[in-house]
Amino acid sequence: MQIFKNPNFNFIRWRWPALALSIAVILAGAVLMATQGGLPLGIDFSGGTIVVVKFDQDVTEDQVRQSVAGVSGEVGVQQFGAPEDREWLIRLPQTLSDEQGASLEQGSQQIEAALRQAGLPSFEVINREIVGPVIGADLQRRGIYATLASLVAITLYIAVRFRFSFAVGAIAATFHDIFVTLAFLMFFGYELSLNVVAAILTITGYSVNDTIVVFDRVRENLRSMRRDALEQVVNTSVNQTLARTVITAGTTFFAVLALYLFGGDVLRGFAFTMLVGIVSGTYSTVFIASAIAIILSQRRRPSAAPVAAARPETRPGRKARGARAS
Amino acid sequence: MNKNLRWRGLTILAVIVLSVWAFYPPAEKVNLGLDLKGGVHLIMRVQTDAALRIETETTVERLGEGLARAGVQYAKLEVTSPTEFVVEGIQSDQAFRQASIEADTIFSRSPGAGRYTYTMRPIISNQLREEAVSQALQTIERRVNELGVVEPIVARYTQADQILVQLPGVTDVVRAKEIIRSTALLELKIVEMGPFPSQEAAQQAYNNNVPPDLEVVPGSEDVAASGGGTPATVYYVVRRVAPITGRDLRNARPSLDENSLPAVGFSLNQDGARRFGQLTEQSIGRQLAIILDSRVVSAPVIQSRITDEGQITGSFTQQEAQDLSLVLRSGALPAPMDFLEERTVGPSLGAESIRAGVTASVGGLTLVVFFMLFYYRLAGFNALTSIVVNLMILLGMMAYLGATMTLPGFAGFILTIGMGVDSNVLIFERIKEELGTAKGVRAAVNAGFDRVWWTIVDTHVASLIGALLLLNFGTGPIRGFATTLIIGLASNVFTAVFVSRTIFEVLLSRRAQLQTLSI
Repeated sequence: MQIFKNPNFNFIRWRWPALALSIAVILAGAVLMATQGGLPLGIDFSGGTIVVVKFDQDVTEDQVRQSVAGVSGEVGVQQFGAPEDREWLIRLPQTLSDEQGASLEQGSQQIEAALRQAGLPSFEVINREIVGPVIGADLQRRGIYATLASLVAITLYIAVRFRFSFAVGAIAATFHDIFVTLAFLMFFGYELSLNVVAAILTITGYSVNDTIVVFDRVRENLRSMRRDALEQVVNTSVNQTLARTVITAGTTFFAVLALYLFGGDVLRGFAFTMLVGIVSGTYSTVFIASAIAIILSQRRRPSAAPVAAARPETRPGRKARGARAS
Repeated sequence: MNKNLRWRGLTILAVIVLSVWAFYPPAEKVNLGLDLKGGVHLIMRVQTDAALRIETETTVERLGEGLARAGVQYAKLEVTSPTEFVVEGIQSDQAFRQASIEADTIFSRSPGAGRYTYTMRPIISNQLREEAVSQALQTIERRVNELGVVEPIVARYTQADQILVQLPGVTDVVRAKEIIRSTALLELKIVEMGPFPSQEAAQQAYNNNVPPDLEVVPGSEDVAASGGGTPATVYYVVRRVAPITGRDLRNARPSLDENSLPAVGFSLNQDGARRFGQLTEQSIGRQLAIILDSRVVSAPVIQSRITDEGQITGSFTQQEAQDLSLVLRSGALPAPMDFLEERTVGPSLGAESIRAGVTASVGGLTLVVFFMLFYYRLAGFNALTSIVVNLMILLGMMAYLGATMTLPGFAGFILTIGMGVDSNVLIFERIKEELGTAKGVRAAVNAGFDRVWWTIVDTHVASLIGALLLLNFGTGPIRGFATTLIIGLASNVFTAVFVSRTIFEVLLSRRAQLQTLSI
């Protein structure tokens, strides 16, 4: 069985509209972020308090909200998990008085005391997260470093294994995926938590992974299609790997969808980020990575693209690998 | 060829058996993270500045005594920061320098005359900070062990002065935190004057000029109440230097006082007992202040010479008496602690998370398996086998390495399934393509695996780079995710290429003239 019988779509022709669409999505996300003062940070990064309580009888959101209304600061209340679990998440952002480490637990103590005095059914605290400003700032810094370092390391790897313009194409596609994912997190009101950053780092791996499969094929085809223009070679390669791209993206998407549906509230942000990243990663492999690799190759050799494409691999090591394959 | 295949088959079988042996039974062999089994995760900072301030204050005290002995006149001698003090209005520079030689080993003196600023040498201050943190680590470790927590973690955290404490299964967080946090600095001092109803009253008793070797210490409200007065904070004047401290303790345990109320009994080591004997003999009829973390807990009148046994009374509950003896036994913290982060997961939420993680993993695997069988027919079994073997190796390696399974770790499982499918799809699609070129089934299979090999290497290395940095970035749960992903990626290269290829070749060797392939 085959999804596509000898597919021959002209993906490269769509590169400009595709770029425009991507830029539009990213810009929309950026504008929304700018107007709302940046992506909302979870307490992992901003510092603050989260208390999840489980009541032994039903309570309404209003009851919970009213009982914690007296706690100083902007208290957030939301249902956690399925309604029949009777679990509620109460969130308190970092306040200035929390700067002193000793009073860090004040927020959670106030919340728990307020709930106890409100005459609600009895409850137990099933989860308590208190993050001080020091740790939050530290995690922010490390999250940014880790993302940048992984991008640099992957760029270097591709530059060594392929050629520089491909590395730029792959990394541009990865940035594209990160920005599109951030935009969608913004659209759907998710906040940046540790798990979401982990998902974004995974997306960088996944996105590059997808791109490498196409580029590997381009490298191989550059040897057999010496007379064709680079655009043609890339387009053929994208088409040849299309079945794999779609099947892999599809299966991974459905596997992560299972995580999104059944993995519980703790992993929902993670799963959502992965879902967006998988779709965006697939799209960017087909439209963005190849397009940028072509555009960059042309700019550097404007007159002789076909000739240049005919002799791209000059290092003996690569030839040897090609020979091994046939 | 057949012999070669047999070896390959045996290798695969051995790997499977080893893996299953490593993780069976999974409930015992696979470590669960705090987010799955419940417990407390704390990050604390040692206030190393406080330890430095103590050093600076001691130096200043000694310098003051030395200057007084040598008869050197000065106007002011004052600690200005944890690592700095100033001396002003010195009459004779030469005499001062001679008398202050001792301070020079730890502090560097500013140039000039008549007025000096002393700054602690960086080597010394770094060493002191380091010592404070490692002492705190050891003390906390002792306390946690005494709490009876199974498999606790007490370790340094990223920054030099931060300590990570993980207590699996602990649900009474408030108590655990109190025990870890309490400085537990015990001092026994003779009361010079007091009690006074207020700090001002204490100072007025000395005409507002308390000698530098004495200090005013607040007492707990209970001290006054137990003396028949109304509960209010009272103040005592005691000597600054404590003759007996917590370091002289041999043991501490909960006991009962004469009214059968919970108290803490302690015994002193030999050296401490000798000094305590001398002290109490000289001070019969005076009050002994038992000071815990700079508060007088009780101030009994010394009736007779006491050597090695003593009792701390106060209005303790049984639990408090128990906890106090625990922290006294484990020694004082070198400096107070700040809490920076606390994450508590109740056992019910942990169990819920395990259920959710397993459901999601099984759901994801089922979806993928159905698709592969539907789309690739017989070759789908091949993919299924390599994915299942991959998951077995993953579990086995995690158990073997003692890696921790966390909730995000389940996501790592699912992504490993995804990567496994990807490699299989990559190979199968290539074989299909090669089948189209009519070179025969065997050639197509060989070409499919060979051509895709470097693609698989490249994709796995790229993903591995991301996962390794994630390992470096993350805390507990995220590290679990990264570990799972890294092991999964490594074993996937083995299963998707070696295992899957062996299965194909077994199929091909059975029927030499295979014309079609169910793929």
